[in-house]
This record gives sequence, structure tokens and C-alpha cells, in this order.
Amino acid sequence: MITTFFIYKLIMVASVFGLTLGVAAYSTYAERKVAAFLQDRIGPDRAGPFGIFQPLADGLKFLMKEEIIPVISNRFLFVLGPCIAMITALMAGVVIPWGNSLILDGQAYNLQIADLDISILYVFGVVSIGVYGIMIGGWASNNKFSLLGAIRASAQMISYEIAMGLSIIALILMTGTLSLREITQLQAGGVGGDWNFWNIVYQPLGFLIFLICAFAETNRTPFDLPECETELVGGYHTEYSSFKLAFYLFAEYINMFVSSAVLSTLYFGGYNFPFMNDLGLDHNVLSILGMIALFMKVAFFIFFFMWIRWTIPRFRYDQLMHLGWRILIPLAVANIGITGLIMILVD
Amino acid sequence: MLTNRSKLVVKKEMTFLEKMYLPAILGGIAITIKHLFRKGATIRYPETKREISAVWRGQHTLKRDEKGAERCTACGLCAVACPAEAITMTAAERKKGEENLYREEKYAAVYEINMLRCIFCGLCEEACPKEAIFLTDRIVETDYLREGFIYGKDKLVERVDERIDVTKRQTPAVLAFKQQKQLSHNR
Repeated sequence: MITTFFIYKLIMVASVFGLTLGVAAYSTYAERKVAAFLQDRIGPDRAGPFGIFQPLADGLKFLMKEEIIPVISNRFLFVLGPCIAMITALMAGVVIPWGNSLILDGQAYNLQIADLDISILYVFGVVSIGVYGIMIGGWASNNKFSLLGAIRASAQMISYEIAMGLSIIALILMTGTLSLREITQLQAGGVGGDWNFWNIVYQPLGFLIFLICAFAETNRTPFDLPECETELVGGYHTEYSSFKLAFYLFAEYINMFVSSAVLSTLYFGGYNFPFMNDLGLDHNVLSILGMIALFMKVAFFIFFFMWIRWTIPRFRYDQLMHLGWRILIPLAVANIGITGLIMILVD
Repeated sequence: MLTNRSKLVVKKEMTFLEKMYLPAILGGIAITIKHLFRKGATIRYPETKREISAVWRGQHTLKRDEKGAERCTACGLCAVACPAEAITMTAAERKKGEENLYREEKYAAVYEINMLRCIFCGLCEEACPKEAIFLTDRIVETDYLREGFIYGKDKLVERVDERIDVTKRQTPAVLAFKQQKQLSHNR
């Protein structure tokens, strides 16, 4: 019994790990392709058919590059920075329910590594540690541009985490649980025989705030000030080269993947899809279809991240802070109040 | 003020909708998504090449006549016409027994075009009374050294076994010129 448990967990961990890396790798390719298409270009198309081996070529390039560690840097922290960024990015995927359960030999296996009852808090905790990767890396570089980038990153991420947390509270008020699996199950059904709405219908404002904060948390345009090339060269990763730079860049894509997954789980029904209970399918088939549905939602959000990136220019730093502290936080608080009020009135 | 075209700059307060950014952002993403489905103008260069005009002016060629003799008589009109002063030549007299090599008694012993100076205007071609120099649809190749861009007769004169088709360059003006039988050139 214990061996099956270990094998099941090992398979889950390995597949989620591989999947995260694979999706992140192909996000880099997708990013370049989406950018190209939005700008009426073709994008990478030389490595393999349609350039699909481009991520491999990029990875190989990073691997072959000379590894430079500045003499005046703090060597230990310089190496630690990208490691923290990468580890925390990968850790957040643990609590996301990738699908319902698979029933094999009468035993149900959840398609989730760990069903924590405080999953959302766990995600927030891990994401907050992620800022240390950037901070330590920027500080250890002993370079003013890096330090400025790191300061910007930490200030930005801490500011937006508040609004993000507050926007989630309204959702938790509604669902009464912190577990991502339970939140997903509460959104089951949808259009079809069993009428049920996804959380986006009840929490449009909360979703909007969460979405904006997700952009800020992942350092994506319009909030990519930590790596603002025009002002800071490369921002916190100015001094980084070779695979350590790849770790930082890769962590951003993993973060994007994880936040897309969290967004779809919290507000877009997770692995649920319309008419799922009217098809009369086997439980296992439904679980796999649900997983595909979740990945389609995730793919859409990743595309959305890129779509926004190639549409909106970056904010000025004071605009960023103004938006975070003076608009999003009051809005999130108001959202909590309104949600509570409506819940009392409905009851 | 004198031109009556000056405009008064007005800095107006943003309205509430404008301050929200969201309508502007939605408008922006609507524009970019339209571009997603637009066909790009890119030509994948080594595989496909851009179509060029029939009278496109590329690398020069020094033509031979039907029998394979060089048409150029080193009259120097092309060098005079050249606005970039890219053309130089040295004339020489045809010896006995060289009739199959050179069409007339005088020929260019050295004929050089500096492709870095050349602006591909085609005035040399227009100036040539012997229909000897033509611009073709070929592209001047890149080189690492400046010397490589000074094209001598070895690169300019067309090879007997590999004639270069310049019929596309026979514009109506050229054809009208050929009709003038009083010119010795056309006899």
C-alpha cells in the first residue's frame, strides 16, 4: 500500500515537473511566435519545421555560454539567487489540481501532488519567497543597475501581493475554503443539466484585480520594471550569464504558467468544463477531458499574458505604485465589503 | 504665426474612463489581435526571392556581339556620364588577328567599375553608343575587402559560353534608337 502511494506520488511529481518545464520551454517559443504574429512578422522558423526546436537551440546556447561571476560579487548569494527563483517557481505547481481523480483498481488517485487544505496560502507563501531570488541575485551582483532592478522588483511584488491577497479574500468568503481542489469542485458542472457558474461570474472585480496583480507578480509587461532595459540595462539579471540567466528567464515563464493555472482554477472552473455531467462518460475519461480543458484554459491565459505584453507599454514607476496602493488595494477592500454585503442579503 | 499653421496645445484633464485605462487597453488588444490574423509581408529570403522589376538595375555586364567579340570601344562616354565617377578604363589598339576578340579597332584593355562608388543609376548604359554596357538583374556580391568591389573585365565581360540576357533592358527608348539607321552603330 505504501509502495503504491510512493509510486503514485513519484509519478505525479515527475510528470508535473516535466510538464512545467516543457510548458515553460515552449512558452518561450510561443512568446516569440506570438510577438511575431502580432507584429506581422514570422518569428523563429529555422530550427526544425516552423522552428519548433527553437527552445532546444536556445537552451543549448545558454548552456554553451561562458559562465561569468563578477569578482566583486558575493559568490555564494550570486549562485543562490537564480536557484531560489527557479525552486520557488517550480514549488507553486504542487498544490494545483491538474484534474479530477483517476480510479484504478477501485482506488482513486487525485491528479494533484498535494491536496493541502491551505493551498492558496501555500501558493502565496511560495510566490513571496520567489522575490528573494530576485532580491538576492540583484544585491549579490554588486552592480547598481542590478540593485535598482532588485529594489524595484521587491517593492513591486510586495505591493501587489497585498492587493492580490485581498482580492482572494472575497473569493474565500464566498467559497468558504482555502483548498484549490474544493474551490474547483464548487465550480463543477456549469452550463448543462446542473446549472452552476464559474467564480468569474460572481467575482468579476476580484478576478480583474487578481489578473492585474498576477501580471505584476510575474514581472510581465506592463509591470516589467525590474528588467526595464531602457533604464536598467537588464535589471536584476544584468550581471548574469549562461545557465544562471536562463534560470531567471525560465523562472518567469514557469511563474506565468503557474499563475495561469491558478487563475483558471480560482476563477474559470479549473478542470471543469461545460456540459461535463451531461455527456454520460466514464469517470476516468471525464477526468482526462477535464485535464485537457484545464490546459486549454491555461494556454489561453499564457497567450493572454503575451498578448498584453505586445500591446501595452510599461508603466512609469510612480504610476505602478499609484495603481497598486491607491487603486487596487481600495478596490479589493471594497470588493470584500460588497461580497460580504451581498452574501448577507442573499442569506 | 506667419504661416498660420501654428496649433494651440491643449492639455485637458483625463476623463474617468480614460483614467481607468481599461477601455484603452481593450482597444489596444483589439488592434493587436487583428494583426494576429493578418498575413505578414515577410519574404523568406534564401528560399524565396522578392520579384524584381524587368528594368531592375543590378551588377553591370560588358556585352559581346553575336560573334563573341567585345562591343566596348573604350570611348569613355560611360565614365563621363557616371555621376559617381565609378568607371575607369584604359584604351588599346586592336592588333592583327584579334578581330574575333574585339569588334572595332579600339578596345578597353582595362575596364574597372568600383561597385562601392556605383549608385546603379544606369546612366552608363544610357550613354553607351555601342550597346556594350548593361545593368543586369544580378546582385553585387558582398566581400570583406574594398579591393574585392573593384570589378575588372574578368568579372564584367560576359562569357562566350554563358551569355547574359539583357533583352528585358531593351526599353522603348533603346528600340527607337536602334531604328535610326543613319547611325553607324545600327548598320
